[in-house]
Amino acid sequence: MTTARRVLKTLVRNGLAAIPTVLAIVILNFFLLQLAPGDAADVIAGESGAATEESMRQLRARLGLDLPVVAQLQAYLSNLAQGSLGFSPRYNMPVADLIFQRLPQTLMLLGMALGFAFVLGVTLGTVMALNAGRWPDRMISVLTLLLYSVPGFWIGLMLIVLFSIKLGWLPSGGAETIASGFTGLDLVLDRLRHMILPSLTLSLFFIAVYARLTRAAVMEVAEQDFVRTARAKGLSGFTVGFRHVLRNALLPVTTLAGMHIGGVLGGAVVVETVFSWPGLGRLAFEAVLRRDYNVLLGVLLLSSFVVIIANMLVDLLQAWLDPRIEVR
Amino acid sequence: MTVPLLDVHDLTIAFPAARPVRNLSFSVAGGETVAIVGESGSGKSLTALALMRLLPGAARISTGRISFDGQDLAVLREPAMRKVRGARLAMIFQEPMTSLNPVLTIGAQIVDVLRLHENLSRQAARARAIELLDLVRVADPHRRIDDYPHRLSGGMRQRVMIAIAVACGPRLLIADEPTTALDVTIQAQVLDLLDGLRRDLGMGLLLITHDLGVVGQWADRVVVMYAGRKVEEGVPEVILHRPRHPYTEGLLAASPRTAEGSSYRDGLLREIRGSIASAAGEQGCPFRPRCPKAAPDCGHAPPPAVVVEPGHLAACPVLNPPEARDAVA
Repeated sequence: MTTARRVLKTLVRNGLAAIPTVLAIVILNFFLLQLAPGDAADVIAGESGAATEESMRQLRARLGLDLPVVAQLQAYLSNLAQGSLGFSPRYNMPVADLIFQRLPQTLMLLGMALGFAFVLGVTLGTVMALNAGRWPDRMISVLTLLLYSVPGFWIGLMLIVLFSIKLGWLPSGGAETIASGFTGLDLVLDRLRHMILPSLTLSLFFIAVYARLTRAAVMEVAEQDFVRTARAKGLSGFTVGFRHVLRNALLPVTTLAGMHIGGVLGGAVVVETVFSWPGLGRLAFEAVLRRDYNVLLGVLLLSSFVVIIANMLVDLLQAWLDPRIEVR
Repeated sequence: MTVPLLDVHDLTIAFPAARPVRNLSFSVAGGETVAIVGESGSGKSLTALALMRLLPGAARISTGRISFDGQDLAVLREPAMRKVRGARLAMIFQEPMTSLNPVLTIGAQIVDVLRLHENLSRQAARARAIELLDLVRVADPHRRIDDYPHRLSGGMRQRVMIAIAVACGPRLLIADEPTTALDVTIQAQVLDLLDGLRRDLGMGLLLITHDLGVVGQWADRVVVMYAGRKVEEGVPEVILHRPRHPYTEGLLAASPRTAEGSSYRDGLLREIRGSIASAAGEQGCPFRPRCPKAAPDCGHAPPPAVVVEPGHLAACPVLNPPEARDAVA
């Protein structure tokens, strides 16, 4: 069997195995949301300033909130089975449309943040390991500890203060310059400029995590017998480090990176809010405030898809990096 | 006498707090197999690593000369040393299971060293790698070359290690306990292979072992080490049958007799009492605390190795009373 077919089979099998997981996620989330006090009718009534018992009852009946909880779940699941994520009364549009409008923005942010985290984290970690115990190691150690312990929203705000307000280099929020009329390359560059601060903010915590992990992994691999073999061949320090040490040290880092994709999505809620980034995270945040549970469930469902797919990709990446993990 | 291929003179290896190899001298001629024998902690592996200039972190060569092929490796700069390693001086290690990189094919790991030293094209290096696998008798080399190490047995991996080591036709091959981790049945095959390659490629072989059986069969000359010093040196027949140093005698008494018609049931194996750790801080002969023949005189200064008969050196003050020390080797 060719590698491509084996990979395809693995993907299909893992995809099928994910179905019960997704179902469990939906049901669990549904019940968790029921625990929150108040519902969409309360929020709408609160915003309008006044409401009678009668109008509240009508509103609940229209939104289907007067049904027993289990019946509501049943209705949601049967909708889902027909491929519909439901309707958002607040946005007055289907949830699926709403989410797919926002999804690309979040995926871009996610990809760029993970890219930053991986590249910078691995680089810093390698520098630390190569200088273990000396001043570059200690300095980066302090830096990573700082990144590790300072909350993301605060870093985001400070970056805005520095780069947007004081220096004026980068925009403070949004996804593109409104009504700029940019096209082609200008548009791409404009969007990238808008992405730098939010994705950097989102990645800082993970830069610290990967740097520390890479440091440990590189130092461990450097002690291995095969590294001595590589040096006994007369290879230069750089070749030994890059081809023999780093490649092996990346294995634990990719494992962790896969597990962190969910965490990055969680962080996106905060970062998107700070940078008024029109992504899924902010949509979810607003949905919570408005008790717009159809939207929230949809976002959570889609997030779980993203995490599951990302993990499948990481599995493939690992099989490619480490031949001992053979794709079965 | 011609200049030997490798001439180690007065080599001392120092850690910040200890000197695990002291004033060691020995030589290896081209095409010769020299065995270094000793128990764990005697400094044999460190000596091998010092020759390759691959000593671990804090260790360094504090004194001595390592003349190899016209160069003194003890003072050679790192870039020049890299041109020696893997090309004219190669080494194989004790642990074949962990000595190959798990994420690269064995072909890639052989091609690595060929392309580095021989300036071959990718295709030429690959063809040469297949030849080398064939040379070390890996069956079906065309298919095996794309295998990863985890698919190979320990014996096969050690063969691949040997292929990497001899890839560039080294003048000297250092084999640090090459068979210790292998099945007994594979040990002889691997040693025969090394011996055949030594003959065919005309290279010197420095065989580091603790197995006296290996010494008798494959070595031309034996250096016995104890606590970082050479205690005896000679041809295997002499060392195995007429040893002069009490430590060598002890080692032999502690080994199963391998002579024709003998059996381990013929008698109990004798141990050498005490531990090599007792040599630490010893002013005189390092073996004195464990030596059955120790005399009061032994505690004064470490005894030099002296010629006890042509081609046979021993470092024991009891054997060599001071008046015999004119013949210092």
